[in-house]
Order: sequence, then structure tokens, then C-alpha cells
Amino acid sequence: MYRYDEFDAAFVKDRVSQFRDQVERRLSGELNEDQFRIHRLMNGLYLQLHAYMLRIAIPYGTLSSRQMRKLADVARRYDKGYGHFTTRQNLQLNWPALKDTPDILAELASVEMHAIQTSGNCIRNVTADHFAGAAADEIDDPRPYAEILRQWSSIHPEFSFLPRKFKIAVTGAARDRAAIQVHDIGYQIVRNRAGEPGFAVWVGGGQGRTPMIAKKIRDFLPVADLLAYSEAIVRVYNLEGRRDNKYKARIKILLHEKGAEPFRVAVEEEFAARNDGALRLPQAEIDRIHAYFAPPALKARLAKPELFDARRNADGKFRAFVETNIAQHKIDGFGIVTISLKPIGGIPGDATSEQMDIVADLAERYGHDEIRVSHEQNLVLPHVALDDIPAIYDFLAKHGLATSNIGQISDIIACPGLDYCSLATARSIPVAQRISDRFGDGERAHEIGDLKIKISGCINACGHHHVGHIGILGLERKGVETYQITLGGSADENCTLGDITGPGFSYEAVVDAVETVVDTYLGLRTDKSEDFLTAYRRVGMAPFKAALYEKNPGADI
Amino acid sequence: MPQVVTASRLVDGIVVFWSHGGWVELLDQAQVLQTKDDVEANIKSAQADVAANLVVDVFAFEVKAAAGHVEAVTLRDRIRTAGPTVHRDHGKQAVAR
Ligand code: SF4
Repeated sequence: MYRYDEFDAAFVKDRVSQFRDQVERRLSGELNEDQFRIHRLMNGLYLQLHAYMLRIAIPYGTLSSRQMRKLADVARRYDKGYGHFTTRQNLQLNWPALKDTPDILAELASVEMHAIQTSGNCIRNVTADHFAGAAADEIDDPRPYAEILRQWSSIHPEFSFLPRKFKIAVTGAARDRAAIQVHDIGYQIVRNRAGEPGFAVWVGGGQGRTPMIAKKIRDFLPVADLLAYSEAIVRVYNLEGRRDNKYKARIKILLHEKGAEPFRVAVEEEFAARNDGALRLPQAEIDRIHAYFAPPALKARLAKPELFDARRNADGKFRAFVETNIAQHKIDGFGIVTISLKPIGGIPGDATSEQMDIVADLAERYGHDEIRVSHEQNLVLPHVALDDIPAIYDFLAKHGLATSNIGQISDIIACPGLDYCSLATARSIPVAQRISDRFGDGERAHEIGDLKIKISGCINACGHHHVGHIGILGLERKGVETYQITLGGSADENCTLGDITGPGFSYEAVVDAVETVVDTYLGLRTDKSEDFLTAYRRVGMAPFKAALYEKNPGADI
Repeated sequence: MPQVVTASRLVDGIVVFWSHGGWVELLDQAQVLQTKDDVEANIKSAQADVAANLVVDVFAFEVKAAAGHVEAVTLRDRIRTAGPTVHRDHGKQAVAR
């Protein structure tokens, strides 16, 4: 994985000492809150409902065991012993004290981590497919390109004060696991006819109050032009994006108002005018960064994975875990293990310091020291020998981390919502917990099959509700929480935005409403192989609407 | 409706409540203000602690009496004054009244 060079190390260290000085000046009164706010936000420190919140960047969701242990340690020593993994592959601490944050950042810097650009109107932490470098269907590892983008965008002088925040995601496979079509820029690695790697370029996706699916503005961008083209896109946005209205300031609005084709032309013109080679990536540099991400030397295991097969045949619970939580690795005899942070009835994405340590131990012992954070708020061991999975499973089970529910109804994305977030209009976590309790991870969940529920506690949509197969948006009406349900959203390569069912449901009624939707689906699917999304796309909203509102005539408006 | 003046403590971000010229951590210890004039006067006094860099974001919120305690009226303020509903072991609710 990537290791800081001297420049990175000095830069992060400098930022820690600058921030230490800024905090000291704030506490002494030399800076007032208006002067200080921008500095703390540039270092990922928010003031939330109960306390400060520190958002720590996990570049493209990749961590070593050492880094994970440091996160556990920081959460234990400076917070309340837990953290929240987010839909942007970051970690949020919910209770750090302002006076401690310089020390926390210094601790993080010691393992090459930071909280820079996790807030503010700049290019945020670049996200990537959490199976990067391991997935069987991958064309190329997206992380070297995400790292190149990270280096380019860190304190980029031209792009530190954009009209709004700016999010980039990169995926290396046709199957989109990084939700690139709901990002400001989505880069998808493809090959041209000559077999050379490049990017399909998607621009202008986003969620929030005006959700939009990105438009593809280039079928093929040579990898060497990644930065020059990114610069052209962000420059057009920086110059033409609206600054008069916060809600219309994202690039998606510019693209929408200007039109996709004129926008594309403007980017191409900017790209052509400035493409003097200054930002062209030398192949040697691409190769150098790639080398950091070279896969561990995994020898294909030709023999049958005996331990794995034997356990799978003998143990139904293990079989269920394998079915849901193991994905195919590019090398025979290996698997990708997803560790669910969605225990039944638990808080999606939360992990205690002990659990972080356990995952670090497992990664070190069995997983070539690599851990990933998925945007679906789970953890991943990307390179594991199949024959080691029984031992891993037993260890996870011992520590309450072996929930077999990846992709199922209880594998819910939920933002912090009104339990923590000062922008929230309703709670999201307890709704997720109640749905999880209702359906569990047993026979019923298995029968339901693939179903992604995503919950946001306000219109900002951090919980990705627009792209949930079932999306839930918590709102407030006359001082009471009310939940709007959407159906048919999807964040994969066939990205769609969900349709609103109709009037919302009360906090009490929303889980019953979800159950009505699920039961309706079970009643109308052709057979078990037709998953929820496919069935919805076939039949549309009508049967769900009928079931929801005829069965619940008292649904709240 | 009665109100309580509140802020976030600068040094650690913890929610605090105004009480007779100072700040307390529990809502039950807060000064409950009955009139609009009283609220305005106390917000003004509390603002001095923003200038003194002790707190940030001073505002007042509505409260009511509930089972011998003072309780915030809106859900948001109830969560803010108690702690996350999903973590009863954290926030002010964890402190024995
Ligand atoms: S969606 Fe709203 S409530 Fe949820 S984390 Fe984002 S801003 Fe907060």
C-alpha cells in the first residue's frame, strides 16, 4: 500500500503543528469562532449536536493493521471507545475535545493518516471500490489513480475554495461498487480497442436535495491525462459554478443548467487549451505509484481448499456466512471477506476499539495486513486464503463480528441522523436497528435475498437513500419525525434514483411500511431469482403503492 | 413557554446550560426562564462568555416540566440535552440525575 514520501510526511506534520497553533490561539481568545471555524473544518473538525466530531480520512478506504490499531487507540484514549465508519470510507469520532485534537492528529500522522480535506468546499477524500486489487472482475486497481488524485488535490491552491464540496470516486471494474454515478466525478477504468487502460468519465452525479445521476462526458480518457482532464473539469466548475445559492452550487446543477453537451464542450476546450503536457502523467510515475499497490504475492492454490470445503459442507451457519460475506478473488484459492458492521439490531457502521483491534489482528495474521472500509459501512479483508476462512469466521463469531448479512435486508446504510448530527431532521440509526431486528439474518432474510435499504436523517442524503432499493428519508413535520420511502434506487452501474411511494410514515409506522413493501415483493416476484430491484423494475410502483396506502389508510402526511 | 439558554463549551464541545451567571452540564440544574424579557436578558449575559471564549453558539430553547424534571420540548433538543437515543450510556443521560 502507499507509503508517505518525505514530502507527504512533512506536509502532514506541518499541518498538525499549524493546527496546534490555531487551536492554541482559539483557546487563548486570539482567534474568535468566526476566524477559527474555517481552520477546524479544513482539518475535519465539526461541532455537532453533543460535542465536536472529527472526520478522519481513510484514502480510498485502504488501511493497514497498524493504522487500524491507531484508530482504535485514538478512539479509546481520546473518545468513548468507538467510531463510526461512513459512506465516504472515513471514520468519525463523536466525542473528541477541541483541546485534544492536535494530539489526535499528531497520533494519526505517526501512521500516515490525517483529517485534511474531510470538510470544506474542496476536493474531498477520493473513494474507490473496496474490493480494489482483489476482485475477480477488475480491469485495473483504481487506488493508484485515487492516490494520484489525492496528491494533486491536496491543498491545491486553485481548488481549495470551490463553490461547494467536490467528491471523486474511482472504480476499476464494470460492476460499480463505488457508486461513481452519484459523485461529482466518477472515473471508471476501461480498455480501448487497442487494449490500453483509460477512464470513462462521469460528471455531475450527486445526491442531496437535488439528486442527479452523472452524465458520461468521455468514453475513453488515456490514463496519462487523468490530472489534466480533472483540472479542466474542476476549473470549468470553479469558474462557472454558482456561488449565490448553496443549494445550487454543486457541479450537478451547473451541468444541468448549462446542459451536458455544452458542459462537455467547455471541458474539452479547457483541456485542449491547457494540455501543454505539464500535467501529463509520465508512465514512470504511474508505474511508481502502482508499485505501492502491488498485490501481495499470492500463490494460486491449485489443490482444493479442503478445510474450507469440509466446513462448508458440515456447518450451515458457516455456509450462510460464505454465501453472503465472501466474494470471488482474482486468484484461485483466495476469497474476499466482508466483515459486517451491521450486527442484528446494532448501529450500522459503528465499531468499538476492541473490534477494530480484532480486525487488525485478523488482517495481520491472515490478510496480508490489508483492510478496507466499504462505502456500505463494512470492513473488508481483501486477500484471504479460503482455507483460512474457517479460522477467521470462528474468531469473528467469538467477538460478535460474524453477522452473515452482506447485501441482505439488514445490511443497511444509515447516516448518524438526529442522534448525533446537527443538520438532521429525524433519527436514522434507530430506524435501521428496528428494521434489522424485524427481519434478522436468518431464514426470512435469506428468503428475501438481495435488498439494499439506505436511510438518511435529512435531505443531505449522507445515507444514500435516493439510491437504496428501499430508501428512507427522515423528515420533520410539525415537530414530529416522518419518513418518506422511495423504491427502486440503485447505486451500481445501472444507477437509478428511487421513486417516492407517497405520503410519509411516522417513526412508529415506518418499519411496518417497509415490511409491507417486502411482503408485496415476495408476493409478486416470479421466483426467488428475481430480486427486489428487478421485480420493482418489472412491475413499477403501483402494487407497492396500493399495498402501502390501502393497508395503511392512516399513513401520515 | 419557559425556556433555557444553552451553548456548546469551547474546549470540548459539550452542551452546557445557563444558570444564574454561569454554566452547568445538566438540564435539571439549568435556570428556567419564564418570560421573553428574561430570556433576552440572559442570552445577552451569556453572550459575554462567547466573547470570553468559553462557549460558542448561544441560543434558547423551550422546556416543560415532566415527571419532576425539566424536559426539552422538541425531539432535537431532547436528544441534545440527553445524548444519543441509541447510546444510553453516553451523553448527559449517562450521568445519574
Ligand atoms: S444526511 Fe443529514 S442527518 Fe444524515 S449525516 Fe448527513 S447531514 Fe446529518
